[in-house]
Amino acid sequence: MSMLKLPAHASLGERVWHYTYLVICGLIFLFLISPILIVIPLSFNAEPYFTFTREMLTFNPDGYSMRWYDRILTFGMTAPDAVRDSSWWKDVWNNADWISAAKNSVIIGVFSTLLATALGTLAALGLSRPEMPYRRLIMGVLISPMIVPLIITATGLFFFYSATGLAHTYVGIIMAHATLGIPFVIITVTATLVGFDHSLTRAAQNLGATPFTVFRQIILPLILPGVISGALFAFVTSFDEVVVVLFIADFDQQTIPRQMWNGIREQISPTILSVATILVIFSILLLTTIELLRRRSERLRGLSPG
Amino acid sequence: MNRQAVIAGAIALVFGGAAQAADEITVMSWGGAYTKSQVEAYHKPWMAETGNVVNSVDSDNPATPIKAQVEAGNVSIDVADVEYSDAIRLCDEGLLEEIDTSMLPAAPDGTPAEEDFIDGALTDCAVANIVWSTVYAYDTTKFEGNAPTTIADFFDLEGFPGKRGLRKSAKANLEMALMADGVAPDEVYDMLESEEGVERALAKLDTIKSEVVWWEAGAQPPQLLADGEVAMSTAYNGRIFNAAIGEGQPFEIVWDGQILDFDLFVVPKGAPNAEAAMDFIAFATDTQRLADQASWISYGPARKSSGELVGLFNDGKTEMAPHMPTAEANLAGALVNNFEFWADRDTEISERFNAWLNI
Amino acid sequence: MSTTAPPAPLLPSNAVDSTGPITAADGTPLQTALSRATRKARIRAFLLVAPLLAFVVLTFVAPIGQMLWRSVSNDSFSANMPALTAWFAENEALGSDGGPEGDGIPGEDAFEALATDLKGARENRTAGIVGTRVNYDLSGTRSLFTKSARQARKLEAPFKAALLDVDEDWGDAELWSVMRSASRTYTGDFYLAALDMQRNVDGEIEAVPENRRIYVPLFVRTLWLSALIAGLCLLLAFPVAHLLARLPLRYSNILMIFVLLPFWTSLLVRTTSWMVMLQSQGVVNDLMVAVGIVGDDGRIQMMYNQAGTIIAMTHILLPFMILPLYSVMKTIPHDYVRAARSLGATPSTAFWRIYFPQTVPGIGAGVLLVFILAVGYYITPALVGGSSGQLISNLIAFHMQKSLNWSLAAALAALLLAGVMLLYWLYDRLIGIDNMKFG
Repeated sequence: MSMLKLPAHASLGERVWHYTYLVICGLIFLFLISPILIVIPLSFNAEPYFTFTREMLTFNPDGYSMRWYDRILTFGMTAPDAVRDSSWWKDVWNNADWISAAKNSVIIGVFSTLLATALGTLAALGLSRPEMPYRRLIMGVLISPMIVPLIITATGLFFFYSATGLAHTYVGIIMAHATLGIPFVIITVTATLVGFDHSLTRAAQNLGATPFTVFRQIILPLILPGVISGALFAFVTSFDEVVVVLFIADFDQQTIPRQMWNGIREQISPTILSVATILVIFSILLLTTIELLRRRSERLRGLSPG
Repeated sequence: MNRQAVIAGAIALVFGGAAQAADEITVMSWGGAYTKSQVEAYHKPWMAETGNVVNSVDSDNPATPIKAQVEAGNVSIDVADVEYSDAIRLCDEGLLEEIDTSMLPAAPDGTPAEEDFIDGALTDCAVANIVWSTVYAYDTTKFEGNAPTTIADFFDLEGFPGKRGLRKSAKANLEMALMADGVAPDEVYDMLESEEGVERALAKLDTIKSEVVWWEAGAQPPQLLADGEVAMSTAYNGRIFNAAIGEGQPFEIVWDGQILDFDLFVVPKGAPNAEAAMDFIAFATDTQRLADQASWISYGPARKSSGELVGLFNDGKTEMAPHMPTAEANLAGALVNNFEFWADRDTEISERFNAWLNI
Repeated sequence: MSTTAPPAPLLPSNAVDSTGPITAADGTPLQTALSRATRKARIRAFLLVAPLLAFVVLTFVAPIGQMLWRSVSNDSFSANMPALTAWFAENEALGSDGGPEGDGIPGEDAFEALATDLKGARENRTAGIVGTRVNYDLSGTRSLFTKSARQARKLEAPFKAALLDVDEDWGDAELWSVMRSASRTYTGDFYLAALDMQRNVDGEIEAVPENRRIYVPLFVRTLWLSALIAGLCLLLAFPVAHLLARLPLRYSNILMIFVLLPFWTSLLVRTTSWMVMLQSQGVVNDLMVAVGIVGDDGRIQMMYNQAGTIIAMTHILLPFMILPLYSVMKTIPHDYVRAARSLGATPSTAFWRIYFPQTVPGIGAGVLLVFILAVGYYITPALVGGSSGQLISNLIAFHMQKSLNWSLAAALAALLLAGVMLLYWLYDRLIGIDNMKFG
């Protein structure tokens, strides 16, 4: 790595320390990334093991296969061995465990994100106003779902939902996940409102704009990157959440993480790794989106040269 | 499609769609190979015959979620498969619907169900479907030339080194520990009545505690053995059979010190579809269905009349009889689970066990 | 971004009239108008927040409050043993030398109430519930209730002798003292249990026998492992954050992917990955065998024990340490260190005296955040922790789902929550929750 320049007058000791330091950093980066990447090749393992076989290490094509990806589709089907025509795919769509888990995850994720984003953005607008009363206290309450251990939230909801009939319903899970996503929306949206010039809205109002027009024409374009990245955070929170689902969802309301939890503890097969690989690719896409949004936001607000 | 139709569709998707004509029941069992055997032998034929739908769900031990559901008042399970002592305990606590055993079909030769079932297989709230046992099994590749044969060998780390898998519960572990410590099977429960007996069992478990990997779901022991995480593990005998015979894993069962038990169908109090649940139980526990189940996993049917119908494993060549926990050769050194003991004492002994486990 | 200055407010001419109080355009005094406008603005701001606040109170604050209520309220004895509960309410505590015979055992009237209740419990199938409740406080008594209830129909006066005949444990003074305290619907006993304490016969609080203490050791383990994990995270995050902060942006943006990708990857995926890595037949052990560090039969157990919990949680929480550290380090001008060096400081002096103190806010933020998140962890210890790597959350889940001792679960949750809230308050004081940032 030659990105860090060492001054020409550096002593031998400094040089040794410098390179040791770079090696240490390299190892830490390896520690961070290797568990994420290791699952990708292993998910193509032809054998039902979680380690590299001899064939894999010698890049023998026989050591690799797509069978575990196929299993994502066939697991739970009524007739997995039938001819793969349209009725086979229909069977996949209706009965495969991972597919129905994915459907549940998406439904719950989308609705809870919409709820969290709508309420969270509105609240962030209020919280960022200088006149907001009890700002610190209210902010503390609204952020707390992120801090309170999930097991406590989950047990609380278990009793509350059992008493109100919301247990085992999608509405219940959606509301719970929205609550968990809200802190992220508030944090990201208030961050985009830092340094917001309130005279802009006053100017618009003086020029006769209705509050709604002011919001749509002035505020929204500025906070949109924050809203979107907050929404992405909320979606990922829901998409990744398993503790609350374990406590309040019915046994057939499996989500992807819940299905993974079952799989890890029971029929642990490389199928889990192929699902994990798909999720890693999913997070790479999310990461890219977030990064693009961040740059756009900074450019819009003139904070950095983009 | 216009916007309203999309929204309506989404709502229908979220809230479960249109009303169903057929009954849908949720059956909770123990997962893995065992659930599969029930799906094949009970669920599919019942669905085909009645047009109803069985929604199969799994738990490490169905007795705990149904107890939680009934006590919290949000029951969604219609039928659960539980151990004998739990069936008695839950029934005692008023958490189960009573089952009228006269609705159960008679044997093909006309013997009424009450006489056809093995002694004890029918109770106020439960109908047994199988006899199973807790055994221990080992990985034959790890003990070539020096295989363990007795329950004492499981606790002998010097003679038979390697990690051990044990179920994370007091039940079965304490009995096995005492038997390994030299207590005769018929004295085990007398000894466990006293605090000293429990402490003696825990002291025996202490000798292997550092080498134990604890499992909760029945599917875990074959997995732990296959992954090489443990050299030997206690397990439900059918799971080992399916891994060894069905999948060709190098596992061997040691029958010495096995603990026999029933699994029974129960209906939680307030089950959403209790009527269909009863119908399912009557169907699933008839002579033919119980015999069919035994061709998927090595658990003995709870009806005497099913015994002669049990034949080959679904691979078409393995004779099931010698793999059953009730086979004559496997019964030497066997212990029959004392359900009354565990129904009464499970809570308090579990508490002691957990304190021991977590220190 | 360039904006034109807003038009200067046009003050009505009477506002600058020096003879009277300053008034607004409609003639009201300016101060009144101003405070009215401020109040309006405050209300408007609050109205924007109100829907969310109501939502969070409904789906979060209220459910948790209701759950915690269970830690002090349990009516499973009083609801199912009405006669004996009434007797306890009417009669003072006996103490170890009370009762007609001075042995702490009440007389016939109490036993009659007990027999009535046991008959009722037999009818309603509630003996198990009552027994379970008493068993929480005095281990080994549940079977006493179920057994006696089974024989309750045969009980006849004199009930004291009859019940002692069924089981002599009914003549245990401690049992009577425990039943008395269980008969109170509102009780602090579950907090005592959560702290490994109990009441003795005379109602004094004492520690439970050593072999039954689990909760305090588990709280201690949770705090100790969380501190260790936070420390490890700091140790690993510091050099990396420092490197990222000093590199030119185009390089650090690339390296940042190594931090952000794990951050965005599902918790279960990362836990699974660690199981794959740490198994005895897993990647790390295979690698060590291949390199020759350990023999094939000497594979190291790194999972299903504390090591598994520590390794996996350190990895999962590391980004939460790197990101705040990085954002603080980025603002530290490198000139200071250079100036110190040119003034003759050794590299280590320059680092410890000049650079390090400026990173302290970032360290504080990261350590506190990681610690707060770690003490509540459940999923990862449950999957890779074995029995020695379990944290307090796992025990709360155990009492919620397995033993179903919900009041104790609530008491443990309350203690955990109190600790987390204290840390949260500290975080807000020192760092400010508005300064939390991601990505």
